[in-house]
Amino acid sequence: MQFLTYLVRGISLGSVYALIALGYTMVYGIAKMLNFAHGDVIMVGGYVVFFAFCKNGFNPWISVLIAMGACMLLGITIERVAYKPLRGTPSLAVLITAIGVSYFLQNGAMLLWKSDPKSFSSIVGINGLNLFGGKLQISAETIVTIITSIVIMIVLMWFVKKTKPGHAMQAVSEDRGAAQLMGINVNGIISLTFAIGSALAAIAGALLLSSYPTLMPTTGAMPGIKAFTAAVFGGIGSIPGAFLGGILLGIIENLSKAYISTQLSDAIVFLVLIVILLVRPTGLLGKKTTVKV
Amino acid sequence: MGELLKVENLNVYYGSIHAIKDISFHVNEGEIVTMIGANGAGKTTTMHAISGLKKIRSGNIHYEDKLISKMDAYKIVSLGLAQCPEGRRVFSGLTVQENLELGAYARKDGREAIQDDFDMVFDLLPRLKERRNQMAGTLSGGEQQMLAIGRALMSKPKMLLLDEPSMGLSPLLVKEVFKTIVNVNKAGVTVLLVEQNAKMALNIADRGYVIETGNITMEGKASDLASDPKVRQAYLGGVKKKGLACLPLFMYDNPRLDEYRYRNRDSRRFT
Ligand SMILES: Nc1ncnc2c1ncn2[C@@H]1O[C@H](COP(=O)(O)OP(=O)(O)O)[C@@H](O)[C@H]1O
Ligand SMILES: [Mg+2]
Repeated sequence: MQFLTYLVRGISLGSVYALIALGYTMVYGIAKMLNFAHGDVIMVGGYVVFFAFCKNGFNPWISVLIAMGACMLLGITIERVAYKPLRGTPSLAVLITAIGVSYFLQNGAMLLWKSDPKSFSSIVGINGLNLFGGKLQISAETIVTIITSIVIMIVLMWFVKKTKPGHAMQAVSEDRGAAQLMGINVNGIISLTFAIGSALAAIAGALLLSSYPTLMPTTGAMPGIKAFTAAVFGGIGSIPGAFLGGILLGIIENLSKAYISTQLSDAIVFLVLIVILLVRPTGLLGKKTTVKV
Repeated sequence: MGELLKVENLNVYYGSIHAIKDISFHVNEGEIVTMIGANGAGKTTTMHAISGLKKIRSGNIHYEDKLISKMDAYKIVSLGLAQCPEGRRVFSGLTVQENLELGAYARKDGREAIQDDFDMVFDLLPRLKERRNQMAGTLSGGEQQMLAIGRALMSKPKMLLLDEPSMGLSPLLVKEVFKTIVNVNKAGVTVLLVEQNAKMALNIADRGYVIETGNITMEGKASDLASDPKVRQAYLGGVKKKGLACLPLFMYDNPRLDEYRYRNRDSRRFT
């Protein structure tokens, strides 16, 4: 039963990673860049929910919607101001800029909201489950997080595979020039991608903080790196891959905390990543990138 | 029969490389005009300048009396000027059907009109219909070229720019592609056809331009160019060249050969 408890907690944490990883993977798949500021967008989303819900008593749904809107605007602005001018330059320049944006957001949050930790209260208003006569307790946050991440993954896959803007995204991902020849506004599609990724980050922030209620300007940094790892683990660019990678990462992290060592759990996570990448360089579900003639 | 496309004093650079040197040409409504030239002459650069994929340094490009040389590429398509790019560039992760749908991405004239054009494209290129649910990346080279043409037609263009549609195809397929181009033109689409395969191109064209290292060196009626000694010498195999013509026919449609052919395009001139 202990094992099941750890497993469920792992899946719950993994679902948060999955939500963040979905944002990473979308942006990477379509804009072909690693948006290292993604984790910090989560933090901003967390603060928005904190002020709306915890401080001002807004309805939790409304609070999350406000946070999604705010993060979408933030994501689009970051892309327009920081990344777009660098399109076509070596990817290293973009990477360094993304790290810069990440610090900018963290320091901005420190200025605005101070660095003292804020105590977040859960946005989930329902009760948890007690199974096996109370031996296995599953918190409401866990249930909501897992369901949310599954639903979002399915909706995203449907969106990309079945809708017109989704097809346009795939076209931009494969060949920007040819996409323009179809009349696709590449800038618009990239903005849309950042908007979706950032909205997911807001949801992830609200759910992360509902389970782990300490909010600081650096709150997004570690989950951001873990989720990036998860996205690479699952095959960056792949939507189901990001989901699978996130869940597995959460499980591995929690089980190694429980059975091996709390201090070493992160090291173990990365060890597993390295082994997987040695065996499958494209990640679990990643496609080989086809080289064009 | 006015001028549909008019290019004046076009200059295009790659960094400090002056790729297109002050060229001017035009295409009248209803014509097939071909631009022939060797590998690296500047044909693709000219195409990209027209479609907006490549920023130009100076000059004017007018389409239907609208100045398009400062317009974004994705807006130019909606004016009815489509480009079928060199190397086909179909979206390999999407199906044939989805590729064609993307061709109609910018259209606003409603489902029915688009459905009509689906029927028209499938009529013109029946092989695509059979393969409509297949991933474009799994098509053969010839089928991909047909898809690229069909996709461009789905935007309902008044004018179609074709960049080396015969590249990498077997002689049989080349004939099929050129027949398709003639049919497209008969359906009322003005065509600007860029080719290294000068013989076939001059055969179907009304007029032609010869481009050499970024300059237009000759122009005239296609039949005149085809009988011009200089053109015959340089582009119509007046000089015998070793080519791939000696390869067995079945090897022509092997995609792995495409890159090899691409690099040796000069030796693929028709003899
Ligand atoms: N992306 C590029 N960067 C630098 N030079 C280029 C680039 N593309 C083409 N060129 C140069 O511009 C000239 C014209 O090329 P291109 O238009 O592709 O010729 P063509 O289509 O007739 O084979 C060539 O000298 C080529 O080397
Ligand atoms: Mg070319």
